[in-house]
Amino acid sequence: MARLSQPRIDQRPPLPLRSEGLRPNPYDLAIFIMVAAAFVVLAHGAREMAAPVGQLAIHPITLDPANLPEYALRTVLRMFAAIAASLVFTFVVATLAAKSRRAELVIIPALDILQSVPVLGFLTFTVVYFLNLFPGSQLGAECAAIFAIFTAQAWNMAFSFYQSLRTLPPDLDEAARHFRLSPWLRFWRLEAPFAAPGLIWNTMMSMSGSWFFIVASEAITVGNTTVKLPGIGSWLALAIDQKDVPAVLMAVGTMALVILAYDQLLFRPIVAWADKFRFEQTAAQRRPRSWVYDIWRHTRLMRRLATLLGALAGQLSALMPRRVLPRTIAAPPPAVGRVIDWLWLALVLAACAWALWRIVQFVDVSLGWRDVGQAVELGLLTLLRVVVLIFLASLVWVPIGVWIGLRPGIATRVQPIAQFLAAFPANVLFPIAVVAIVHWKLDPNVWLSPLMVLGTQWYILFNVIAGASAFPTDLREAASLFRLRNWQWWRQVILPGILPYYVTGALTATGGSWNASIVAEVASWGDTTLQAAGLGAYIADATAKGDYARVVLGIAVMSVMVTACNRLVWRPLYRLAERRFRLT
Amino acid sequence: MNAPPQTRPLVEVDQVRQRYPKGSGENLLVLDGVSLHLADKEIVSLLGRSGCGKSSLLRIIAGLMPASEGRVMLDGHPVAGPAAEVAMVFQTFALFPWLTVQENVEIGLEAQGVAPAERRRRALEAIDLIGLDGYESAYPKELSGGMRQRVGLARALVVHPKLLLMDEPFSALDVLTAETLRTDLLDLWHEGRMPISSILLVTHNIEEAVLMSDRIVVLAANPGRIAAEITVSLPQPRNRLDPPFRQLVDDIYALMTQRPADRHAAGLHGSGISLLLPRVSTNLLAGLMEAIAADPYRGRADLPELAATLQMEIDDLFPVAETLHLLRFAELAEGDIRLTDPGRRFVDLGPDERKHLFAQHLMAHVPLANHIRRVLDERGNHRAPASRFRDELEDHMSEQFADQTLRAVTAWGRYAESFAYDEATGVFSLDNPG
Repeated sequence: MARLSQPRIDQRPPLPLRSEGLRPNPYDLAIFIMVAAAFVVLAHGAREMAAPVGQLAIHPITLDPANLPEYALRTVLRMFAAIAASLVFTFVVATLAAKSRRAELVIIPALDILQSVPVLGFLTFTVVYFLNLFPGSQLGAECAAIFAIFTAQAWNMAFSFYQSLRTLPPDLDEAARHFRLSPWLRFWRLEAPFAAPGLIWNTMMSMSGSWFFIVASEAITVGNTTVKLPGIGSWLALAIDQKDVPAVLMAVGTMALVILAYDQLLFRPIVAWADKFRFEQTAAQRRPRSWVYDIWRHTRLMRRLATLLGALAGQLSALMPRRVLPRTIAAPPPAVGRVIDWLWLALVLAACAWALWRIVQFVDVSLGWRDVGQAVELGLLTLLRVVVLIFLASLVWVPIGVWIGLRPGIATRVQPIAQFLAAFPANVLFPIAVVAIVHWKLDPNVWLSPLMVLGTQWYILFNVIAGASAFPTDLREAASLFRLRNWQWWRQVILPGILPYYVTGALTATGGSWNASIVAEVASWGDTTLQAAGLGAYIADATAKGDYARVVLGIAVMSVMVTACNRLVWRPLYRLAERRFRLT
Repeated sequence: MNAPPQTRPLVEVDQVRQRYPKGSGENLLVLDGVSLHLADKEIVSLLGRSGCGKSSLLRIIAGLMPASEGRVMLDGHPVAGPAAEVAMVFQTFALFPWLTVQENVEIGLEAQGVAPAERRRRALEAIDLIGLDGYESAYPKELSGGMRQRVGLARALVVHPKLLLMDEPFSALDVLTAETLRTDLLDLWHEGRMPISSILLVTHNIEEAVLMSDRIVVLAANPGRIAAEITVSLPQPRNRLDPPFRQLVDDIYALMTQRPADRHAAGLHGSGISLLLPRVSTNLLAGLMEAIAADPYRGRADLPELAATLQMEIDDLFPVAETLHLLRFAELAEGDIRLTDPGRRFVDLGPDERKHLFAQHLMAHVPLANHIRRVLDERGNHRAPASRFRDELEDHMSEQFADQTLRAVTAWGRYAESFAYDEATGVFSLDNPG
C-alpha cells in the first residue's frame, strides 16, 4: 500500500489480494506446469507442420500406437488454428455487418447460406490452391486441412457475434455513447463482453462440429491428388482401409480422451470465467464450475503476472485513437444517403444476377438440365430421410428427455453426458455399421440412414432435458392437482412447455443431419463400399472423382433445400414457440 | 454571443421540436416549441407523465439524439453529440455488469484518456463521497438497487461535469431507498461537495419535484410542451407535511389534470376514432370507482390523497382517472375526482349489469369502439381484421400509439362483450358478444 501517496486512500483497510505480494504458492506451480506444457506442445507441433513435404513419403502414416499421441496433438493443433482463424473472421466480418447497413445487406444472407452449405464441398476447390501456395512444404496441405476445418466452424460463430452486437442493451449503449467511449474502448468494454457467452458457446459447438470432418480434412482425396497428413483422421482412414478394428477403437478412445482434456482444461475454465459476462442483474442460482479455474483463482504469482499483462494491454490500448469519429452526430442529408443506398442495392443485385447467369451458363455447358433434375430428386430422397429420422429420434428422445428433466438429481448427471455425446464424432462408428449391413445383407438405402442422426440426436435430448428442467414447479403442481394424466398431460402441459427448447434442438439436429449425409450415405470398410441413393452420396462421389461441376450442383441444391427448410418450417415454428409458449 | 459570460445560462434550449422517427402521423410531435434555460447553482425538475417527451428532451440536451428543429446551447456552445461537461444518471442504472464498481466508475475517465493512477485516485474519491467504500471490487449484480444507483451517481460525478442530468433516477427503487438517496443527494448538494454547478432532474413524481428542485418545469403531453414553470421558494430542507408544501403539491396536481378547453378529455390526445387511448384494465377502472365511492371519499376524492392512500404513482393513477372521465363515469376538476351518477350506479351493480352499463358508455363515448362495432355489424360475416383499424389509426398517430390504442379498445370491448378478438388470426368478430 505504500506506493500510493494519497492519505485518503492510505486510511483504507488493505484488500487481502494486494498484501500477498509475489510469493508463489502451490497453485501457482500447478498452473505453471500446465502453461509450460502447453507451450512445449505448441512449439513441437508448429515445427512439425512446417516440415518439408518429402517427410510425408519417408514417414507415412502407420498404425503404431506409439504414434497416436503425436497424431492426436497434430489434429488438435489444426483445430485450434482453425478456431483462431474463425475468431478473427468473426470479429472482422460480424462487426462489419453490425456496423454498416450496406455491408449487412450482403454479409448476413451470405452467412446464412454458407451455414447450410455442406462444408466438405469447400475442400475440393481449395486443396489445389493451398498446395501450390507452399511448394515443397507440408504447410500447403496443412493450410488446406485447417481451411476445411475453418469452414465447419466460422459461420455460426460470426452469426452469434453479429446477433449479440445487434441486441446490445439500449441503456448500456446509451451509457457508452454518453461517456464518449472510443470505438476501440467500446468494443472491449461493451460489445465483446456482452457477446462473450454466446460466442463461447458457439465456439464449443464449432469445435465439436469440426471433429465430424476430421477424416475428410486430413486424408484429402480430390481427383488424383492424395495427401495424408499425420493426425487422427488419417489414422482412422488407414484403419478403415486395412479393416483394423482395434485401431479404429484406439482412435475412438483417443478422441474421447482429447475431447475430455480440452473440455476440462480449456473450455470449462473459460465458461466459468465468462459467467460474469452473462447479462443479468441478479446473481445466478447455479454457476458453472471448473476445477482448473478454481486452481487459477487460488494462485498468487500467476494472477499477479496476469494483472501485469492486463495493465500492459491497457497501456497499449490507451495508445489507440481515442476518438476517430467527429463529435457531431448529424448524419449526411437523407437524400444523399438514400441515393447511395439505391446505388449499393443496384450493385449487389447486379452482382447476384451476374453470378446467377454464370452458374446457369456453367451448368448448361458442363451438365445438362437432366443432371439438375437428378440432383433435386436425390435431394428429395435425402430430405425424406432427414424428416423421417428426426421424427423417429424425437419419438424416442422427447419422452426420455422429459423423464430425465423432471428429475433434477438425474438431469444434472445426464446433461453433461448428452452434451459430450453431441460433441463426439459419431462417424467414426460408421465402419461398424458397414460390417453389420454386409453381414446381414441389409438394404443400405434404409440401414445407412440412421447414421445421419447418430451424432445429432443428442441435440434433441439435451435441449428437451433443459426445457423440462426449466418447467415451472407451480404449473406441474397445478397439473397434478387437477389430475391431468396421460395424453392430456402431454398435450396440454409438458409439450407446450418444452416446445421452444425442442424446436431449438430439432433445428440444430436437422442442420447437422444434412451435413452428415455426405459422410453417412457413403460408408466403407476395407474394399467394401456401401452407398445409399441421396444427395450426400452424390456430392461425396463427385468430390472423390474431382468432378467440380457436379460438386457445385450438389452443394447448390443442398444449400437451397436447407435454407428453404429453415425459412419455411423452422423459423415460423420457432417464432410461434417464442410467442405463445415461452414460459419465462 | 453578446451576453457577458457571467450571466450566460448553463443550458439554453430554444424552440426545440422533436418528431417521431417514423409513422405517418405528420402532426404528431414528441416535443413542440420547447424553450427553457438552466442557470448556475440550481436544481430544475422536468415534471411530466410518461409520453410527454421529458426523457427525449433530456437526451437532446445530453447530445444523445439530435433535435429535429431548434437550438440547444451548452455553456455557450451548440450541442453536437455527447459533451464532456455533461454527465447522466440513468433510470435503469446502465452499469456494465462485467465491470466492478471501481471499473464502472472509472469508465468515463478511461474514455477521456486519464492516466490509470489518476483515474484510480479520482474514482476512489467519488466512491468515498457517495458512500460506497468497501464495495470497490464488487460487481453490480451483487449490489441492491440503491447501491447500484449510487454507483451510477459516482460514475457521473467522477468526470467532474458542469451539468448533472438525472433520468428518473429514483423511480426503479423502493420508497425507503429512494428517500434515503434523495436526502443524501440534497445534503451533498447543499454542502457544496459535488463538483457540479447544476442538476436537471426528470421525474414523474410530483412530491419528488417539489422536495428537490428550485424550479419545476411542467410538461404537457402530445405533443410535449411546457405547460407551466413554477419557482419553488420553500427553504431547504423541506418537510413533506408542511402546509405550504402540501398546497404546492395540490396545485401541481390540479395543473396536470386540468382540461384544456379544446380537448375531449384531460391528458388524452386526438379526437374521433383517432383518440389516443391508454391501456387501463377494466379491473382498475372498477376498483378506482369503488375506492372513490367508499369511505372516506363518498364520491369525491382529492387526487394527491388518493394517490398516497392507494400507493399509486401519477403515471398509474392519471390514466385510470382520465379513462373514467372519458367514459363519463367520473369528472376531473381542480385536482379532485368526482363520480358521476352512472359512476355511482356502476359501483352498486352486479357483474352482468356492470358489463351492460360499461358497454353503453363504451359505445357512446369511445368513438373507436363504436366504429369497430359498426363495421362488424355492417359486414355479412361480422368479421374484420385488426390491421384495417390499425392502418386507420396510423394515419393519425405513431405505430406504437396505434398498437396501444387498439389493445386498449380490444380489452374494453372484450369486457363489455361488444366484440370478440382472436389473437392468433388478428380478427375482430361478433362471435361471442353479449
